Amino acid sequence: MEVPRPLAAPLAVVPIPLIEGAVKLMFKSLLKRHPTLFERLGEHKPKRYAFRPTDLALVFLVEPARPAISVLRRAADPSTDAAVEGPLFLLLALLEGRCDADALFFSRALTVTGDMEAMLALRNALDGSDIDLPRDLGAATGPFAPLISRTAAAIRRRALAGETVAWN
Amino acid sequence: MVNSGPPTLSLGPVLYLWEGDKWRDFYYRIADEAPVHHVIIGETVCSKRLHFTEPHLPAVIERLEAAGKHVVLSTLALVTLERESQYVRSLVADSHFPIEANDLSALALLEGRPHSIGPLINIYNAATARLLARRGASSICLPPELPASSIAEIAAGTPDTAFEVHAFGRMPLAISARCAHARAKGHIKDNCQFVCAEDPDGLPVKTLDRQSFLALNGVQTVSFTCQSLLTELLDLVSMGVSRFRLSPQDCDMVAVASLYDDVLHGRTDAEGGIARLRQLYPAAPLSNGFHHGQEGAAWVARARNIGHRGAE
Amino acid sequence: MELICPAGTPAAFREAVDAGADAVYCGFRDETNARNFPGLNFSREELQDAISYARRKGTQTFVALNTFMRAGHESLWYEAAADAVRLGADALILADFGLMAHVAETYPEQRLHVSVQASASNPDAVNFLVEAFGAKRVVLPRTLTISDIGRLARQIRCEIEVFVFGGLCVMAEGRCSLSSYATGKSPNMNGVCSPASHVRYRQDGGDLVSELGSYTINRFPREEAAGYPTLCKGRFDIADASGYAFEDPVSLDVMDQIDALREAGVSALKIEGRQRGKAYVAEVVSTLRKALDAKPEHRRPLLARLRLLSEGQRTTSGAYEKRWR
Repeated sequence: MEVPRPLAAPLAVVPIPLIEGAVKLMFKSLLKRHPTLFERLGEHKPKRYAFRPTDLALVFLVEPARPAISVLRRAADPSTDAAVEGPLFLLLALLEGRCDADALFFSRALTVTGDMEAMLALRNALDGSDIDLPRDLGAATGPFAPLISRTAAAIRRRALAGETVAWN
Repeated sequence: MVNSGPPTLSLGPVLYLWEGDKWRDFYYRIADEAPVHHVIIGETVCSKRLHFTEPHLPAVIERLEAAGKHVVLSTLALVTLERESQYVRSLVADSHFPIEANDLSALALLEGRPHSIGPLINIYNAATARLLARRGASSICLPPELPASSIAEIAAGTPDTAFEVHAFGRMPLAISARCAHARAKGHIKDNCQFVCAEDPDGLPVKTLDRQSFLALNGVQTVSFTCQSLLTELLDLVSMGVSRFRLSPQDCDMVAVASLYDDVLHGRTDAEGGIARLRQLYPAAPLSNGFHHGQEGAAWVARARNIGHRGAE
Repeated sequence: MELICPAGTPAAFREAVDAGADAVYCGFRDETNARNFPGLNFSREELQDAISYARRKGTQTFVALNTFMRAGHESLWYEAAADAVRLGADALILADFGLMAHVAETYPEQRLHVSVQASASNPDAVNFLVEAFGAKRVVLPRTLTISDIGRLARQIRCEIEVFVFGGLCVMAEGRCSLSSYATGKSPNMNGVCSPASHVRYRQDGGDLVSELGSYTINRFPREEAAGYPTLCKGRFDIADASGYAFEDPVSLDVMDQIDALREAGVSALKIEGRQRGKAYVAEVVSTLRKALDAKPEHRRPLLARLRLLSEGQRTTSGAYEKRWR
């Protein structure tokens, strides 16, 4: 499942600061709900993680130690310790712990580069945290909140319908 | 320390399937020529192989004893079948020789009488070593995986027990209910046709990039590299290790034993010894990584040893 | 028969309890257990919460302390045992004799299970552990056929737990140094096998190459699903042939043998997978619970879909069937 075109297309032309503002808000809201999310990272907490959706020309850079998230154009190619690349749908499913730890590696839809141990730690931390995007972001505000919330709900339906199986 | 005398060499059991005559002649020559004190003998890897060597066992033991060697009988590493259990029970019940336990069943049956513990029993700390010593273990050959720091701790914490380490030979790394060796040659274990006899030094396993990695020995997997602790012998003695095990490979083991004996007693320096060892057993590169707390396949040259030990 | 389920995080623990586990097993976040993976496992506080959650639902909690104590650092394991006992673990799953002796002496009332890592594969071995340490249950190594298990059950004086679903060790558990030979990190000493710290994926033309330490473990053509480079499930060259030298990337599934296992004298069925996510745990536990409670003729369709969750999407009966050897 690719990001629906009506969502992806406008994102390409929206100024980065606007997208970043919305993403930062969501990030903050997630951390408020899951304050111990990054504690599981242990020695991997100071590392920098990149999430590269293949269907968006953006990179999300997560720095758990600060904690902070930033959004860059794909071309910016920030230096990171570990990066995971794949369709936004899978990256968000990963966030929710809806895909299995090992599935991350079995799948070729996701490509992990750099520090595998750090990425595994992050995945386990996310999996252990009970993130529920529709619920957790329901409270979020900003121009994209309804869109994100709707996308999250769509992911949930797909995941529960067994689509995960194809990349497991 | 139980062995206040000088450190000695021991010869581990032949882990591979050698044809009966070759096996017998190997031990005759060991008896006559090799400077080893203890000889651990008997099938350790696969119960299906027992009939190859059993006919020769009495004559070989007699020759070894006549030459003054201390004979110790090895037991099977993996005991799952009823007949395997029976074999270990009868070995323990009937043997006049000391026995080396290589699985928990032999360990259980040997309680209360002096015995040896082989490298395939998991001893990772002094608490375990002391427990087994109280039950009757008088000598313990530690698992190859242990770093020097653990060896020193265990030996220091377990007085009155002789400690031994795997000082030469491909390292036993794993054992399975499945026979990868037979599988590699198109057979299953129950109808294996003893194809492992075709590889008296193990069947090399390479990576897809043709890098040598492991070797198959029936149900056992051994390292491709040959562990050598030749340059570490004297350090190990100072840690309390009193025996050094040479695990037979398909090479001139009498010459290997003589070389280790020379280094152990200061007649040859270790550096020259390593060069000579590479000539005696050119089939496999040498490794000593486990001893230095690194990957087992690594070779840590002497000059760097001191630094590594400091870091452990 | 009891259903014993894995949990690598508190979230997975709750899923396992809710899905119908009779007992959940887990470990502390350090080298005292054999799934010492980054980001996984429980703090003392998390275990306390997990145990009280399980209690409320009538589920037991087993704590795995199933690595071998590092010489000179035994206190790490002794403290973990003390805390697990204090927090109310229903059983400790142990592999190291020294630790078993310590637990048996210090906490004689504590229920002690023998970990699969102890490699007790025959009656004399199991009875030794029962007599020496008061073990109440043994988790059998995946080296035995069902008839071997039946024969064993008649000769031992403790309960039997066997693995029925999940990852499959090809080698006898607790007796494998393949991982440390390649990486310096082993299941017995560090609680890891083929650790992620030494894993690297490399693109080579259209192929994806997986490496562990300095060794190539597998190579996947463009159209093939990639796998994690677990050493014993790698592709190697032997003589002139390439292939899976030890085992294909498959996982264990013997749930179709439930009745034979019960008849053989098995008390508990164990699911492997503390490193798997909570979604996996929920799916597997609830399905196996249903299968266990269902009539034999209704089991097959229940179990069929689980196959898709397995590594390589293929399963094997492993050593439980004689032909596997």
